[in-house]
Amino acid sequence: MALQLAVNGTSNGRDRRGAEQPLLIARDLRKHFPVKGTRGKSVQAVDGVSFTVAKGETLGIVGESGCGKSTLARLLLHLLVPDAGELVFDGAVVAAPAGIAVDALRRQVQMVFQDSYSSLNPRMPVRDSVAFGPFVQGRKKQEARDIARDILGKVGLDPDLFGPRYPHELSGGQKQRVNIARALATRPRMVILDEPVSALDKSVEAQVLNLLSALKRQFDLTFVFISHDLNVVRYISQRVLVMYLGRVVELGPADAIFERPQHPYTQALLASRPSMDPARRIDEPPITGDPPNPIDPPSGCRFHPRCPLTERVCETTEPERGRWEGPQSHIAACHMRNPASGHSRFGGV
Amino acid sequence: MIRYILRRILYAIPIAFGVSVVCFSLVYIAPGDPLQTVMPPDATAETIAIVKHAYGFDKPLPIQFLIWLGNVVTGDFGVSISTRRPVILEVTDALANTSLLALFAVPLSFSIGFAMGAAAGCFPGRWIDRIVTGAAVVGVSLPNYWLGIVLVIFFSVQYMLLPATGMGPNGSTEFHILQWSDARFLVLPVITLAMIPIGILARTTRAAVAEVRNQDFVQTLRAKGLSEWAVTRHVLKNALPQVMAVMGLQFGYLLGGSILVETVFTWPGSGFLLSKAIINRDVPVLQGTILTLSLIFVATNLIVDLLQSLIDPRIRRG
Amino acid sequence: MTDIAALADRLEAFEEQAPPATIVRGYWQSVFDRLRHDPVTLAFGAIVLLIVLAAVFAPLIAPFDPYAESIIGRLKPFGWRGHLLGTDELGRDMLSRLLFGGRVSLLMGVVPVLIAALIGGVLGVVGGFVGGRVNTAIMRTMDVFYAFPSVLLAVAIAGAMGGGIGNGMLALTLVFIPPMCRVAETATTQIRALDFIEAARATGAKTGTIIRYHVLGNVLGPVFIYASSLVSVSILLASGLSFLGLGVRPPIPDWGLMLSTLRQSIYVVPFVCALPGVAIFITSICFNLVSDGLRAAMDVRM
Repeated sequence: MALQLAVNGTSNGRDRRGAEQPLLIARDLRKHFPVKGTRGKSVQAVDGVSFTVAKGETLGIVGESGCGKSTLARLLLHLLVPDAGELVFDGAVVAAPAGIAVDALRRQVQMVFQDSYSSLNPRMPVRDSVAFGPFVQGRKKQEARDIARDILGKVGLDPDLFGPRYPHELSGGQKQRVNIARALATRPRMVILDEPVSALDKSVEAQVLNLLSALKRQFDLTFVFISHDLNVVRYISQRVLVMYLGRVVELGPADAIFERPQHPYTQALLASRPSMDPARRIDEPPITGDPPNPIDPPSGCRFHPRCPLTERVCETTEPERGRWEGPQSHIAACHMRNPASGHSRFGGV
Repeated sequence: MIRYILRRILYAIPIAFGVSVVCFSLVYIAPGDPLQTVMPPDATAETIAIVKHAYGFDKPLPIQFLIWLGNVVTGDFGVSISTRRPVILEVTDALANTSLLALFAVPLSFSIGFAMGAAAGCFPGRWIDRIVTGAAVVGVSLPNYWLGIVLVIFFSVQYMLLPATGMGPNGSTEFHILQWSDARFLVLPVITLAMIPIGILARTTRAAVAEVRNQDFVQTLRAKGLSEWAVTRHVLKNALPQVMAVMGLQFGYLLGGSILVETVFTWPGSGFLLSKAIINRDVPVLQGTILTLSLIFVATNLIVDLLQSLIDPRIRRG
Repeated sequence: MTDIAALADRLEAFEEQAPPATIVRGYWQSVFDRLRHDPVTLAFGAIVLLIVLAAVFAPLIAPFDPYAESIIGRLKPFGWRGHLLGTDELGRDMLSRLLFGGRVSLLMGVVPVLIAALIGGVLGVVGGFVGGRVNTAIMRTMDVFYAFPSVLLAVAIAGAMGGGIGNGMLALTLVFIPPMCRVAETATTQIRALDFIEAARATGAKTGTIIRYHVLGNVLGPVFIYASSLVSVSILLASGLSFLGLGVRPPIPDWGLMLSTLRQSIYVVPFVCALPGVAIFITSICFNLVSDGLRAAMDVRM
């Protein structure tokens, strides 16, 4: 799908650098969590992640549990401070004196959390939870409440019916709509969605996904959509980023990733999806080996212990990522992509 | 495992230090000049100055504390103002008598409390549960010194069965535990002292047992074909760590709360010593007794924590 | 994918027609509802109210002056010359002294708990939310006071300061601050780890705002439940201090003090001498049962 530029008046007023400037650039983000009790060891949750997000697109981020997706999400909002690397929002460096302050960033970027029992304050009626954001960002209480009413209506919940309710009185899908309303109440330009539909039943999941697409058009939003569910990511994203053990493994247009995956890990992920087609039976599991330990990651290419095509160079050297040339470019961090690496299988899988 | 033990012991040291700081400062929160507690009111200025220097009151506070601490560590708690005996002797004598009470009260209250609580927990909602819960609430709401008085009224005044006060016709110097003529003095104080721990332990055990019984593994045990008694044994073993923590606290209560019971029965234990010291403003005895009792409490908690970690392997990882 | 989209549209239309299943109730309203249907707690709550009213209106209800002594009327049994509950060792009317004594005992029972809840609560919330070194410092300091058995600590502080009602209340407050702090800290630490706190931070809210709007409402419940269970303990401890002579000074009536001075007289009028203890017992057990009922009503997993 080509990039869609919405011609809607809501966010153009805040657009600083025009359509060519990516809304978000992440460069070499790193976040390690020291482990108590061991000397010097740390969980290398995010280890040198770089990517861009263009205005108006949806970037899907995919990976298994423990690959660092949630940590990355929190880094993008500066809920965690990166150990290294930088974030550039609409051309301004985040948390730098000449760039954009974290507070100002939070007026333009918001997050939708996974629906869990703890994503909403159990003691607050839903409309107050939604109104909290605008209230904190300077609106008066009544104004904030009016905004909450309005936005609840836009996510498909009747504000008079659902506003005074408490979270335990709502179904999973309704709660997630509230989470979305809360994120949109402050009219951000970008929304980071961290596993927003993973806890929902399949039918409800479809409703929420459609709601998200409609809202994205209506409010001229940019999405970063994090999930472990490949089908969902394909349904909603224009571009997809695949993560493994804290690193970017593949990045490219959604169709390209799903139809012509370049990295062995991506290929294995796609191959391990159960299929409805009885003719497609696989005899062996696509991935072998033990799940990785983020405290003590493998040397060189982090996937090499489980890769069926691994060679000596994969153990010693970290693969190069390849250059980002434009929205259609498709890069993979694998020695087989790089002629200079010495991998015998360069040129294609 | 060893690491956990060492860490736990290491942790107790600053606590003990803090306790000693608090005990030391008790003297200084008292109204008036601490010197007055050791001097007769009509002393001359010279005498005051000499004594001040001798006791070290003219040195800055931290130095005084260190001197005091140094003395304490070697066992020198000073001399009692009222009896002129070394405080350490007063305290150890009194502690021995209190320990006698505790010797009987602890097994009595722990076993009865645990049994009551276990019975109530295993049959929730039935009449035994209601009785035990009711008894526990009563036990916890009763002022124990009042119970002592009521028991004395009943057993000594009305029916003359048991003695009202004291520790035997010969006092604490000659107390023969095996002779009923002396041992009967134990009965009422021990019962009075045991009452609140029974209430608290019954409540805690009942809650712990009921909670453990609701866990999935209990059903698994039954499905495996274990008899109900065998299942109960497993349940009790799992409920034990929680209960043990409370038992430790109750032991501390027995140390501290004995002051009220001993006052009622004039039992010459550490609690009685404490109340006499308060009345007489006998500061060295006050400090020495409180310090000793608190340190015993800290040691008890330490032992209980270590025992808990032995029984409950989950704690060891922390 | 189009199948799912079509399914979604149909389901959407279906869901919008479903009426709300429950009547909207807030947390406090639901607590109120549960209490209304709990006869035991309500009954004992009523008794507590009676006790409090009796103490407040003691000057109006008491048949005699609680300080009026009488040489001939000492240690008289129930009903003697209009003294419903007898007289004490100085000839004063027991009923009147019990009523007036309730004022002191209730005061010494409730005020320390309130102050300790305030101070301990603030310390616990701050420590729990800020975490790190600050929290460790606060909790370690509390641990030192936890190392004393509570009766011992109360007696030590009150005794060292020389007794009196003010010192007694101070001692009790100091004894209750560590447990209240710990309850508040545990609750705050649990809340802080939940997602909605992160969401609040994501909107750019300052720490104070988050605590005020999101943390306090969730912490107040456990703190209140615990404080209500401490009141009966406080009444027992306070009367214990008075019993030892560390509370109010005679001739001010106080249940613990009365028990102490009447002790010598149990051979003469045993039942009269036991009366102050009955008052302590009834008050304490009523507060205990009400607190249990409140806990059952408030501590619900939502």
